[in-house]
Amino acid sequence: MARITLDGMRHSYSPTPSGDDDYALKRLDLEWSDGGAYALLGPSGCGKSTLLNVISGLLRPSEGRILFDDEDITGLPPDRRNIAQVFQFPVIYDTMTVRENLEFPLRNRGLPSNVARQRAIEIAELLELSDILDQRAAGLTADGKQKISLGRGLVREDVAAILFDEPLTVIDPHLKWQLRSKLKELHQRVQRTMIYVTHDQTEALTFADRVVVMNDGNVVQIGTPSELFEAPHHTFVGYFIGSPGMNVMPCDVRGGQAFFAGDPIETTNANLVKEGATGLELGIRPEFVSFAEKGLEVRVVRVRDAGRSQVIDTERAGTIIRLLLLEGVEVPAETARIAFDSKRTRVYADGWLVE
Amino acid sequence: MNKTENQRGWFFVLPVLLLVAFNAIIPLMTVVNYSVQETFGNNEFFWAGVIWFEDMLQSERFHNALLRQILFTGIILLIEIPLGVAVALTMPRQGPWVSVCLVLMALPLLIPFNVVGAIWNIFALPDIGLLGRGLNELGIDYNFTRQVGSAWFTIILMDVWHWTSLVVLLAYAGLVSIPEAYYQAARIDAASHWAIFRYIQLPKLKRVLTIAVLLRFMDSFNIYTEVFVLTGGGPGNATTLLSIDLDKIALGQFDLGPAAAMSLIYFLIILVFSWIFYTIMMRNEAQ
Repeated sequence: MARITLDGMRHSYSPTPSGDDDYALKRLDLEWSDGGAYALLGPSGCGKSTLLNVISGLLRPSEGRILFDDEDITGLPPDRRNIAQVFQFPVIYDTMTVRENLEFPLRNRGLPSNVARQRAIEIAELLELSDILDQRAAGLTADGKQKISLGRGLVREDVAAILFDEPLTVIDPHLKWQLRSKLKELHQRVQRTMIYVTHDQTEALTFADRVVVMNDGNVVQIGTPSELFEAPHHTFVGYFIGSPGMNVMPCDVRGGQAFFAGDPIETTNANLVKEGATGLELGIRPEFVSFAEKGLEVRVVRVRDAGRSQVIDTERAGTIIRLLLLEGVEVPAETARIAFDSKRTRVYADGWLVE
Repeated sequence: MNKTENQRGWFFVLPVLLLVAFNAIIPLMTVVNYSVQETFGNNEFFWAGVIWFEDMLQSERFHNALLRQILFTGIILLIEIPLGVAVALTMPRQGPWVSVCLVLMALPLLIPFNVVGAIWNIFALPDIGLLGRGLNELGIDYNFTRQVGSAWFTIILMDVWHWTSLVVLLAYAGLVSIPEAYYQAARIDAASHWAIFRYIQLPKLKRVLTIAVLLRFMDSFNIYTEVFVLTGGGPGNATTLLSIDLDKIALGQFDLGPAAAMSLIYFLIILVFSWIFYTIMMRNEAQ
């Protein structure tokens, strides 16, 4: 068990990186506390798998240090770190039984066989694999195999953190939900640090206590699921999380007041905008936009049914502003007026929240 | 639903039927035809029943050739399969050396069989050949045209040189198709090199190795040209393998009946052995 600290870490796949663009991971300073459930969320290619491989020791970072508690483990190979990893595609040892698979990491580490056997039985119990302990692992379904991969991590008592690299990719949809709740439940029972990499916001938000959102090699925001939803620190977080994503509208700020298409808009932070700031945008989630008696005049462009709610696209000055209405609520035809919840309307400069 | 009743579907299988007929069924039937008849030339044939089969199965000459053949195939399989896997394991998986290695490996396979025989014949000549002369210089009495041991050593070495590459290429293809995650998981599980080989690589190579064993079995059981060019079946009959013996009977003595009977027995042996190999190696696959 350990706290994981990344200290000034950068990684480039090129041996001679010349600019920031050559880095798959751009300078990270992070701290993961012991026993937390974390998710690394980001689009494909944002560096999240690289980060995971650096933590597990499969990759050595170009710069910076990794600490487990206070011990520097940057140079240690994977088998000497107390790390387990579950991969995208289930990795099992085909010729072995489920039991042998579970005992394998312990036997390799020279544990006596009665101890290994006992641990395997306990873990099988935990993962509901007890009935099939003596079956050949190759014959199992994808979710069964993924449980074995996880089991090979859990079976080691010294494991400080279990890393998951998009572990539900090959699982059938109806089992995904089951396995996800099982993971959550397991985390609460074993209290080990778990780091879960995914590009699926539902997986990240349901699994993790804290979500690390990454984009283009940078950590954009770290927060609880509700923080990410309510107060995105970056427009990227705004539209990557939430469905549909946050509305982002170009604006300008004069004298502490934001204007969109000439109309003043009340915000939480327009007064903090510095003189000469560029790339100013307003961000507000569709959930906090509503039709109103007075407010911004818009044209209704499109109405889509999204299950229990409907997504309405309105347009003003070439910018689409989305809002959500409950199913069955009447949508005004043609022109309408909309109002923004001023406590949830924020100004962003060059993508970042103005603070 | 109405089923269309016509026979037009047959036209689709007709081409392949013709092809198989001309390249397999008709030649095989010709052999079957010869195997049950006696001829004294003049294109006159007499019914002989199964007499050639009885003769052949009781013939000591055939038994000896079959034993030599099994010994030869057994030895080269025992050498080529492990050696091929071992070489494949040492080949680089990425980088510029991959193509260099692949081309080098493929070279022996590209050489015509009789040229292989000729190369080794000259290479092994005790007076001027590099191998033959070299061994004799080292004090080893080596002469493949006179000594049974030397002759066997040479044909086995030649076959290993010629065909191990095939096993290497198949095994290499199997190895590179193993996803990286298996190796990563094994590193995290602290698996030793041996454990990685035993529990990841070998199981994943099972299918290609089955193919390799089958191909090498069939090809080596049929081997003719290289050995014929190298030793001509000698010294004496020491390296007269089945196909060389068959050739002597069919074309040397022009005994069509016995040769046809031997061909069929030969064919059945290969079929049965291949089936046995396949069944044994695939027996766990169904589970």
